[in-house]
Amino acid sequence: MYPTKYHKPASLEDAVAGLRSAEDGALLAGGQTLLPTMKQHLAAPTDLIDIRGIDGMSGIRVEGDVLVIGAATTHAEVAGSSDVQAAIPALAQLASGIGDAAVRHMGTIGGSVANNDPVADYPSAVLALGATIVTDRREIAAEDYFQGMFMTALEEAEIIRELRFPKPRRAAYAKFPNPASRYALVGVFVADTAAGACVAVTGASESGVFRHEGLEAALSGDFSADAVDGVEISSEGFMSDIHADADYRANLVRVMARRAVAALG
Amino acid sequence: MTEGIGARVKRTEDRRFITGKGKYTDDIRMENQAYAAFVRSPHAHAKVTGIDRSAAEAMEGVVAVLDGHQLTGDGIGNIICGWAITSKDGSAMNMGAWSALATDRVRYVGDAVAVVIADTAAQARLAAEAVEVEYEELPAVTNAEKALAEGAPQLHDNAPGNLIYDWEIGEEAATDEALAGAAHVTELPIVNNRVSPNAMEPRSAVAIYDEADEHYTLYTTSQNPHVARLVLSAFYNVAPEHKLRVVAPDVGGGFGSKIYIYPEEITCLWASMKTGRSVKWTSTRSEAFMTDAHGRDHVSKARIGFDTEGKIVGLKVDTIANFGAYMSLFSSAVPTYLYATLLSGQYDIQNIHCNVRAVYTNTVPVDAYRGAGRPEACYLVERLMETAAREMGADPAELRRKNFITEFPHQTPVIMNYDSGDFHGNLDKAMAAADVAGFDERRKEAAARGKLRGLGYSCYIEACGIAPSAAVGSLGAGVGLWESAEVRVNPVGTIEVLTGSHSHGQGHETTFAQVVADRFGVPLNSVSIVHGDTDKVQFGMGTYGSRSGAVGLSAISRAMDKVEAKVKKIAAHTLEAAEDDIVIEGGEVKVAGTDRKMAWHEVGLAAYTGHNLPPDMEPGLKEGAFYDPVNFTFPAGAYICEVEVDPDTGVTEIVQFTAADDFGTIINPMIVEGQVHGGVAQGIGQALLENVVYDDAGQLLTGSYMDYAMPRAWDTPFYTLEHNTTVCPNNPLGLKGCGEAGAIGAPPAVINAITDAIGDNDLQMPATPQKVWRMIQATQTPIAAE
Repeated sequence: MYPTKYHKPASLEDAVAGLRSAEDGALLAGGQTLLPTMKQHLAAPTDLIDIRGIDGMSGIRVEGDVLVIGAATTHAEVAGSSDVQAAIPALAQLASGIGDAAVRHMGTIGGSVANNDPVADYPSAVLALGATIVTDRREIAAEDYFQGMFMTALEEAEIIRELRFPKPRRAAYAKFPNPASRYALVGVFVADTAAGACVAVTGASESGVFRHEGLEAALSGDFSADAVDGVEISSEGFMSDIHADADYRANLVRVMARRAVAALG
Repeated sequence: MTEGIGARVKRTEDRRFITGKGKYTDDIRMENQAYAAFVRSPHAHAKVTGIDRSAAEAMEGVVAVLDGHQLTGDGIGNIICGWAITSKDGSAMNMGAWSALATDRVRYVGDAVAVVIADTAAQARLAAEAVEVEYEELPAVTNAEKALAEGAPQLHDNAPGNLIYDWEIGEEAATDEALAGAAHVTELPIVNNRVSPNAMEPRSAVAIYDEADEHYTLYTTSQNPHVARLVLSAFYNVAPEHKLRVVAPDVGGGFGSKIYIYPEEITCLWASMKTGRSVKWTSTRSEAFMTDAHGRDHVSKARIGFDTEGKIVGLKVDTIANFGAYMSLFSSAVPTYLYATLLSGQYDIQNIHCNVRAVYTNTVPVDAYRGAGRPEACYLVERLMETAAREMGADPAELRRKNFITEFPHQTPVIMNYDSGDFHGNLDKAMAAADVAGFDERRKEAAARGKLRGLGYSCYIEACGIAPSAAVGSLGAGVGLWESAEVRVNPVGTIEVLTGSHSHGQGHETTFAQVVADRFGVPLNSVSIVHGDTDKVQFGMGTYGSRSGAVGLSAISRAMDKVEAKVKKIAAHTLEAAEDDIVIEGGEVKVAGTDRKMAWHEVGLAAYTGHNLPPDMEPGLKEGAFYDPVNFTFPAGAYICEVEVDPDTGVTEIVQFTAADDFGTIINPMIVEGQVHGGVAQGIGQALLENVVYDDAGQLLTGSYMDYAMPRAWDTPFYTLEHNTTVCPNNPLGLKGCGEAGAIGAPPAVINAITDAIGDNDLQMPATPQKVWRMIQATQTPIAAE
């Protein structure tokens, strides 16, 4: 990789200041996207600001009906947490299927959500569960947060501190992995919530994670696998690549939605 | 025998591998070591109109920036293909010039144009990015059929139409006539997809020039260090052979890709002389995808005809083989003598004709990859047999049985003379183990779960230990394909075996020692196997084509014959007995039927002290042999794959895989099973997942594991393995070879099972979920819930 300066601030304020003063700074949490990109010379930040040493950035706790996960919490910690397994088992299951064991022990939920890779798993859970993204300066609702492929509502030098997930009545995640990368070729997160059925789809759209209104409407009336069958899944705006074209992805959205709902019995 | 032939001995080399103590090329660190980084073409096809080295040369740590003009100016020769193929019109093949560093033109993405030598690898890489190469882009072609078309971009001036050769084998008129008279003809387009070898250890080289002695040493990831030295010396003019030592230390897998001598190794040797520094280069995984020779990439049209009884009357094949941008070392032999000669399969076919056109494209060179030609032949024949059976309403196993060769030796119309085999026996064993009789029930049960279950066969035959040297020479080979060995018994009775075979995952250190222990009755741990160093081993042709057992061990066996003869002479002299009465048993050398004996080590000591040897006998106990086989060996087997396809997603799950192989004598069943597991996994990878994709402009779309799908453990089932042994009559140990069988036999079994499941024969590899789903959609196969 290109030469870079490494910083390990002790506070969020210092991290923000570090980002602001750097010529081209980048936040480092688990580094599972950033570091391979740097090794390939596709990214060349002048400064790396490692936020893992900041107090309170990682950890999992339950506050009433809300599950709170620190931004620097690893996928393995989420997958293995009894609090997550009790509150939102689908989230633990999702985390257990990210990457491989090495990735899960380094990669973090905040890093994934900040990067907003259109084929990442977490954004679908954040969106379907109506989570709140808490940053160093404000709270952002999930529906306002995701703004297209690799685009988020985060401002310059804004750092995610934690994610707050309201507990759904029930939820499930079904993923069809890319045969090569094991990222989501399509992932569908369904949540049965007080506000009705929420269905978020990752991996499919050129605009990144999105909520599927047709599926939500069908499931809000009848939260059953059969309800999925009658929904039209348009492939418009879906990605096409050597692994899957838009039509096949649209089929997978339906099949994964059905399987997610069916998994809830 | 707990350690000899037939024993399931754990691999002795694994201790160092699994504890991280192996010594690979990249582990070698020299004093004064510098690092190479290559400047590579980002274009699939372009003229090189200028190279500006000044910015790179000024960078920190940079020792030198060198280009192709300097390289050729120093007399470094072009990279050659070592097997001359003659076209059917009698003309020689059209080999285009391939310089280790391109001078005026680049022909694939990754083609090296310059090299930076620097104090550290990071400095070399940074400086390589700063070398400014001026290109004038040319139109590119990546698909072999398109490359043959009129108006296609032309790669080499001496290969008009991008045609390397237009070769044929067999009788065309007789085959046409047989097909014209056939009661049924099955015709299939067959694509054998291009795959990337993906050895776990990437290629690496450490080149050391000793100015005082004008001597070079190359540590490199090679399957055949002596061949590397020969070619580097005789053709690339790096140094004469006695001034060049090539060492291939521990090598982490090859699958064929480490047979060849690549531009990087040549350049490192030359750069070491230019700079006076030891030069190391280790491929990144991205470079490996871009530059390691790919495998397969055939497009064929095939027709097979049957009479009213279901007997095959003729087979006609037209194949186009994509060679990439240059002819790699053995590329020309793969789609000819290693492919078309196996088109008879396990069947008695009187009329076969195959035409092969080899074609340049703007892609990385293609060469032998695990199986090399034989998988392409087996896939074609076995897809045809299964499809023909379905078309004729015949049972696929019965149709095969009706055509099996049952008498040996059997001369096919395409050169090969099969020496032995029991094809019915292989299939019997496979069918019993796979419980073919219970398949219909399993299919119904799967249908009740909404899954499409299918069963496919593959009865493969292959040819290993390519030989004899005189025959391959007459077919165009530039080298002999024998093997050499030296067996040294030390004064204390321990034994060193120097072999020209090279182990890069095969477990030779164990199996070869087992054969020696078996022969002399000595403990396994008193035998060591020495390989991979041209300064230690007399000579060798290396390891590929499953030749180490059939050829390499035969050479060791012949050397052991000589050792045994001398041991008996010494013992007869010492024990005052007749030579014919001496037997070697359990580590002792005895006079048969008496209690007179010498311990094994006492014979060794007697040989080296020389105090009491027969008159005229030289001291010492060391013998060598060069073994040239009389024929190929012919491993064969029957594979049965059972799959379940999810009609909603097109995902194929291999639920059962049965392999019944005939490898001849088996030395270590555990290692053989491991070879079958690995080979079948690679075959499953090719059938379901792996595929190299270039876009039309020649950019490699599958340049990393993000897009190139390797099989993972969960993509493969627990295998059921059977053995049916017919001993090879032509070599001392009766060995046939087992290294490539799985990769050869598995792909058609997998695809035949999927096409059975979905009821559509028109499927090309890899059978990706999307492709299979789309075929199910097209044929509207109902989800047969019962």
